[in-house]
Amino acid sequence: MSTSEPRPERVTHALVRDVRLPGGLGTLALVTLDNGLDHTKPTTLGPQGIAELTATLRSLQERAAAGEIAAVAVTGKPYYLAAGADLLQVAGVRTREAALALGRGGHEAYRMLGEMGVPTFAFVNGAALGGGFEVALNCDYRTAAADVRALALPETGLGLVPGWGGAYLVPRLVGIEKAVEVVLTRPAANTPYTAAQAAQIGLVDVVLDPADFLEESVRWAAGVLRGDVVVERRPLDDAATWEAVVEAARTRLDAVVHGSRPAPGRALDLMAAARDADRDAAFAAEDEALADLILSDEMRASVYAFGLVQGGKKPTGAPDPSLARPVTRVGVVGAGLMAGQIALLFAQRLGVPVVMRDLDQERVDHGLAAVRSTVERLVSSGRMTSDAGARITTQITGSTDLAVFAGCDLVIEAVTEVLELKKRVFAELEDVVAPDTILATNTSALSVTRMAADLRHPERVVGLHFFNPVAAMPLVEVVQAQATSDEALATGFAVAAKLRKTPVLVKDRPGFVVNRLLVLLLGIIVDAVEHGTPVEVADRALDPLGLPMPPFELFDLVGPAVGLHVLTSLREDLGDRFPRSPGLEKLVADGTTVVTPAPAKGLPKRVDPAVQAVFDAARETPPADEPLDEAGVLDAVLTALTVEIGHMLDEGVVTTPQQIDLCMILGAGWGFHLGGITPYLDRTGYSERVLGRRLLPDGVANVPTT
Amino acid sequence: MPSTSRPDARVPAARRVVFVDGVRTPFGRARKDGLYAHTRADDLAVRTVRELLRRHPRLPPERVDDVALAATTQQGDQGLTLGRTVAMLSGLPTTVPGFAIDRMCAGAMTAVTTTAAAIGFGAQDVTIAGGVEHMGRHPMGFDADPNPRFLAERIVAADALNMGVTAENLHDRFPALTKERADAYGAASQAKYAAALAAGKIDPDLVPVALRDPANGWGLATADEPPRPGTTLEGLAGLATPFRAGGRVTAGTSAPLTDGAAACLLAAEDVAEELGLPVRMRLVSFAYAGVEPEVMGLGPVPSTQKALARAGLTIDDIGLFELNEAFAVQVLSFLDAFGIADDDPRVNPYGGAIAVGHPLASSGVRLMTQLARQFAEHPEVRYGLTAMCVGLGQGGTVIWENPHFTAEEAAR
Repeated sequence: MSTSEPRPERVTHALVRDVRLPGGLGTLALVTLDNGLDHTKPTTLGPQGIAELTATLRSLQERAAAGEIAAVAVTGKPYYLAAGADLLQVAGVRTREAALALGRGGHEAYRMLGEMGVPTFAFVNGAALGGGFEVALNCDYRTAAADVRALALPETGLGLVPGWGGAYLVPRLVGIEKAVEVVLTRPAANTPYTAAQAAQIGLVDVVLDPADFLEESVRWAAGVLRGDVVVERRPLDDAATWEAVVEAARTRLDAVVHGSRPAPGRALDLMAAARDADRDAAFAAEDEALADLILSDEMRASVYAFGLVQGGKKPTGAPDPSLARPVTRVGVVGAGLMAGQIALLFAQRLGVPVVMRDLDQERVDHGLAAVRSTVERLVSSGRMTSDAGARITTQITGSTDLAVFAGCDLVIEAVTEVLELKKRVFAELEDVVAPDTILATNTSALSVTRMAADLRHPERVVGLHFFNPVAAMPLVEVVQAQATSDEALATGFAVAAKLRKTPVLVKDRPGFVVNRLLVLLLGIIVDAVEHGTPVEVADRALDPLGLPMPPFELFDLVGPAVGLHVLTSLREDLGDRFPRSPGLEKLVADGTTVVTPAPAKGLPKRVDPAVQAVFDAARETPPADEPLDEAGVLDAVLTALTVEIGHMLDEGVVTTPQQIDLCMILGAGWGFHLGGITPYLDRTGYSERVLGRRLLPDGVANVPTT
Repeated sequence: MPSTSRPDARVPAARRVVFVDGVRTPFGRARKDGLYAHTRADDLAVRTVRELLRRHPRLPPERVDDVALAATTQQGDQGLTLGRTVAMLSGLPTTVPGFAIDRMCAGAMTAVTTTAAAIGFGAQDVTIAGGVEHMGRHPMGFDADPNPRFLAERIVAADALNMGVTAENLHDRFPALTKERADAYGAASQAKYAAALAAGKIDPDLVPVALRDPANGWGLATADEPPRPGTTLEGLAGLATPFRAGGRVTAGTSAPLTDGAAACLLAAEDVAEELGLPVRMRLVSFAYAGVEPEVMGLGPVPSTQKALARAGLTIDDIGLFELNEAFAVQVLSFLDAFGIADDDPRVNPYGGAIAVGHPLASSGVRLMTQLARQFAEHPEVRYGLTAMCVGLGQGGTVIWENPHFTAEEAAR
């Protein structure tokens, strides 16, 4: 992305053909939304497309008034109804007038679908997202094809609100409780509705087979016109229910979002008012909310982040893919938790034999049993066919004999994070495998270069750093050590892509990207506690960032021992920026749990106040006279992150700030509203203050300041 | 020696086979701007199969024992064993098998008689039979590689594969078949189709087809495209004779190149009763016969003689005829052979292929579907027949009995 003007709008046309309805019911005017491009270029709605739709619908309104047509239906080109507003056009808006016009333009077009004078139908033939789904919501009736898997209003996840009628229409259509799920919960979890799920809550009226979806949709519409098909609409929820659901949702938002981004709250405000507002007032409120949000840095950072994730499939700096070595057999050194997850993923996605090896038979058996039980769970829950499950359990084998790795094209080690141990593993492997077998390490913080240093063929060693849980986390850091050959690197990228992960090229520096920043953040938090900040204050301090979890919950997730180990190892390599904490060492030594259980699913786990005493008892230096408060801790963390990112870019860990952001989004789950992290550091002035420069050019991930 | 206690195999006796229902897509002109220019052939067939299942909810889909679908050019979207692929694409259970079949123009007819034979033998209970031809995507004879021996050994004349030329050959052989008679027949076909359409006799057999063309968006095919209402004798007289300079066969007396699909549901009569399926026709007999390829249009004459003989009937027993109109002269040669007048009202009462079109391998089932509708209108008729000519010199005839027939009506 650059600061230059966005690419020209891919104009979505509103094509109209008349369809003769059965039984002498007259003519249905069928509108197809189509940008004239194939399925790799989803239909999106920009200003020109909206203008064309407006003109089309206006002429249909006239035809309806003249009695020429009995109904209007809207459908899309294959696989899409429409994928929403053209985000690049939205993010190009510079003035509030233009932002307001964008909302009003959509409303002007869409509301005609609800005020056509004849019944209107949406034939939802494919993905319908955001503004695309709002086309359907504004119609009187909706059919959906059974194979549609992407019905959603993801706006609040992108810094916006469903502002082309969605915030008003959804709670009135499906009730306020489900509307909260549609507008807030699902976008946060990034899980769209399938057609069947949408029908279940009333977002669509009927689900029809894809084989003759359009034909049957026309037949269904004719049934509605004849009166044979009657769609019951639920009455509006009563005011008390409405208010109670909104309040519960607000409490939850406060606990999770902490005001880190405005969109969810604005969406909730609109839905709160939707019960008693009329259409004019509600749509005007949507326009205002959209205008405010379009001119928010959170929205711009979200669009930037969305673009990064979409573009992540084409990795920066990867060598020529044709250099990649075919992988037909994979070895995994170790049979522990991580090793088992990696073996399963490789067998599942590469479809090749995978052999795990550990020191004794008990560990091997345990590892294989863990794989089997995961497969059984996937099969019994319907997420994997029993045939695939049988194939995978047959393809993953185990042994204590190193010789089983002989025929492998790729061997990845996932043994304990001790350099000498890993070096020995690789050295032993070299006596068994072919000279060109790729050796990969899943190390999270050790030097890959040192690991490879004493090998006969160090050029074959590459880092493939997966994140826990392996199946769910989309990032793989592909580590280029000093001697790593293009062939090894290309194989790493090819394998990551086949595993359906997003590979990011990183240089062999301690902690690479994600762990270096996450562990630094944890280090600064405990350092504040060491200096007298109460644990609960430190735990709350990062709330305004809206991170996926508070710091002590993160500690708990990675395991305090692992966290401490990486922190120590990073301090040894990178210095005292990664502080020492006697309190943390004591917690790990005692195996103390640092958090209390979450009060409800989806709510954060907070630090256990009892942990305070451990820190106090272990403290080796007296606390500061004025320990940092929340703002002070937040400032310390952001300053440290900025300093570190400056170092990382200087060291060439990655070549651009964009890659740091991509890693933090996909490897740590950091929010779109932060743009990963560098847009946030830019817009809050940290990068200017600490580094004397912006990390990203003005306007790339924020509202341009000039 | 095998144990004598083992039972003998059960060899079934022949069962009555009935025509439960038939549907077709609207027909389109096989042209770059035709109705189905952007529609796949297999999708056309899928629509007909799904419509049959939808119209007969009492038929459990897993009771379909076979799906036989014909196409003359079995490649691309008409390849890959249509009966099986269309069954799968139609949502039939994976347990339902299917196959592809070819006898050029009589493809669908052969799909019907082949699976009917299996039902009669007792090997199957319910079948779907039909055909499709997207002549826009698969022009006649495209990519064919005729054996050079055909010509070297004079097995056929060089132009026997050009259907229009074989029609001219019929005019040559039978001087009584004049261009004027052919033109009059062509005009009548158009007029009879227009009247049937206006009377609501065409639409009930049609299944609408979604159309998408990137320039115009989605639409819905609900009516036949080929017919040319208002065709006059004067208009026909002036048309070019593309198959021979100074010839007699014109576009007005030939079936147009057409895209379309048709399919029907067949069942053993006892199974139809068990499942509560309607019986619209009963199969009486069928026959195929060969003639010289140079006059392939004569094929239905010997095939009809054979079918009548097998049924123990004569041509006088036949009360309704659905004859495929590959060419007007070809139908007239049949009528002359059996002493039937050119304008006999028993023949093609809804018009024929000259008006509605002839998507080769699908037409046989269109004839049957229309005959079934006419049977319901004519309880005084006991027997009817469907017949068609086939390229390379063949004819096919199927004789049907009208289940609505009553002796009282016949006596009126």
